[in-house]
Amino acid sequence: MNDQHDFLFFKFSNVRRMIMSEKEVLVKLRGINKQYGTNQVVKDLNLDIYKGEFLTLLGPSGCGKTTTLRMIAGFETPSSGEMTINGEDLINKEPFDRNINTVFQSYALFPHMSIYDNIAFGLKMKNMKKADIKPKVEEILELVQLTGFGGRFPHQLSGGQRQRIAIARALVNNPQVLLLDEPLGALDLKLRKQMQVELKRMQKKLGITFVYVTHDQEEALTMSDRIVVMNSGYLEQLGTPDEIYEKPRTKFVATFIGETNLFEATIAQVDEDEVLLNFETGCMRGLGKDFELDEIVYASVRPEKMNFGSSNFYKPSMPAVVKEHIYIGSIVKCIAMLPNGQEVKIQRLSGEPLPKPNEVINLYWEPEDATIMHSREDTLFSLIENVNLGGAYDDSK
Amino acid sequence: MMTLNDKKQKMPMLTMLSPITSMLIFLVVIPLIYVLVLSFCKTNEYYQVMFTFSFDNYKNLLSPSYFQVYMNSIVIAAITTVICIVLGYPFAYYIVKQPPKIRTILYMLVIIPFWTNSLIRIYGWKSFLGASGLLNNLFVWLGITHKPLELLFNRGAVVLGMTYTLFPFMVLPLYTAIEKLDLTLIEASYDLGARKVNTFLHVILPLTSSGIFAGAIMVFIPTLGFFFVSDILGGGKSDMIGNLIERQFGSANNWPLGSALSIILILLTLIMVRLYTKAGGKLEDLG
Repeated sequence: MNDQHDFLFFKFSNVRRMIMSEKEVLVKLRGINKQYGTNQVVKDLNLDIYKGEFLTLLGPSGCGKTTTLRMIAGFETPSSGEMTINGEDLINKEPFDRNINTVFQSYALFPHMSIYDNIAFGLKMKNMKKADIKPKVEEILELVQLTGFGGRFPHQLSGGQRQRIAIARALVNNPQVLLLDEPLGALDLKLRKQMQVELKRMQKKLGITFVYVTHDQEEALTMSDRIVVMNSGYLEQLGTPDEIYEKPRTKFVATFIGETNLFEATIAQVDEDEVLLNFETGCMRGLGKDFELDEIVYASVRPEKMNFGSSNFYKPSMPAVVKEHIYIGSIVKCIAMLPNGQEVKIQRLSGEPLPKPNEVINLYWEPEDATIMHSREDTLFSLIENVNLGGAYDDSK
Repeated sequence: MMTLNDKKQKMPMLTMLSPITSMLIFLVVIPLIYVLVLSFCKTNEYYQVMFTFSFDNYKNLLSPSYFQVYMNSIVIAAITTVICIVLGYPFAYYIVKQPPKIRTILYMLVIIPFWTNSLIRIYGWKSFLGASGLLNNLFVWLGITHKPLELLFNRGAVVLGMTYTLFPFMVLPLYTAIEKLDLTLIEASYDLGARKVNTFLHVILPLTSSGIFAGAIMVFIPTLGFFFVSDILGGGKSDMIGNLIERQFGSANNWPLGSALSIILILLTLIMVRLYTKAGGKLEDLG
């Protein structure tokens, strides 16, 4: 039995390795910087984009993600750095000489051309014969499920339809890389969800490399093979969606992706691969190596990993007061408050027994559920000493 | 609240409209009707207007000598329009591409000539181009010619004057059209593999054509009527419809014939505007 398990594991890891080794670098960015005057928008960006992958650049507005995309498209020139596609230099190529196409945020469909002419534009510019263009356009219209729309004009279409045409117009050129600049931003939620699935389907079907820019973390998590998290020009973390979500490397990534509880702590004790963390209002364990004694760290714990404990102190825990429960369908979001005023989010399934509001409880988490990160701070920021509770706080109540 | 709002919307509409309406009636509608009536009248031997209905004026205007003037007018107007487009388009494009501060200055430079009398500016051209004018003196001094060149009193001088006077009317609508152009469309065109020439021909030009049409109308029509330019720079050798009208109301003292000519000019204008709106232009863009 055990042998068989080992054998299966071996096989899986083999397959895994095969999949991994198939990855071929298509676009390579090395030391890319972009400056507008004194404002540096992209800082020393190193990135490999693999052939056939769905890569997402994720970050808040102004983080440099769109600028990075525009540099790959050729609309902006990097201030310094190297950029290659299939080993060939890309920086000195004009946008019209790059086999890269863009889906613009505003769609940028030519208003004076019919849908057919819009899609055929790229092929015409490549001097393709009219007879060859027609079947290609019709094929791509079928792919985006807008067969028969060729004769209409952009202003006669709905937002969602224009979006599909913008994708079709780019895809018909069979680009090496398709760049998408927040293409779903203008659509309503339902349509956006539907288009996310469809985009992923098209990408899988055509095997074209997609580089997708978004500020919507949920969109990034559902669609991408890999995610690049960017913040103020820096690449914060690069990884698969589950890596990004489960093992954020920086405070920014932990707070930007999904909901989390972030605590500041000092390392009180270093064991083999576990550390004891000393918080302002409690004491907990977490997994982690390479930490020094007395180092200040951040601990990030997702709300769904937070547990209510009983009030006995046999496990390390944090005392807190339950403030309120918010029912959201199948889950309940609970808010509890630590003695120093910090609010903690806890997510439980509906129907689970929950402590009542105003009850004093103990919060705890399993050591493996906390992500411990270096903080580069040298003193602990005390909320007790620094937060002014103000006039709203009344002792007599 | 509702009644206050209703009053606010209804009352001023009428009060504001009536002065404008009465102004339009007195200054535009009544004179136009008068001109229309005059154009069907006759004059007696003392050049007094006789209010008897006849088509004589229009019959006269169909004669070949008048036709020559019409053709000359249309040719000059067409050449002027084409030159204005060819010069004005790159000029307007250049202004739009400048940073806002320089853009404002350049835009002002186009508008400032409006603030001086165009008659004076045309006289300026006359003395500049004349036999003893600045340009000829310069040519002689540089040894390019021995005798002063005949730069004035020909069709070329008229076209030059017209182009000079009406150039801003071409630049302003072009500027508006080019400024409105969505730059991402140009990026999209590059992105799809169109080089600069193709991007200009297939994207920029079609999307700014409304400005070209509007500018063409605003140059072509006034050119037909700017009699003082062809008078001063053409020296009577290059008559246009405007000159004929001016002469009928002035020295020839034949108001009915002048009125008929005016009606023809108005009809010509309306035909041009009709063509413009048929080509997809908007009346608001004409200002």
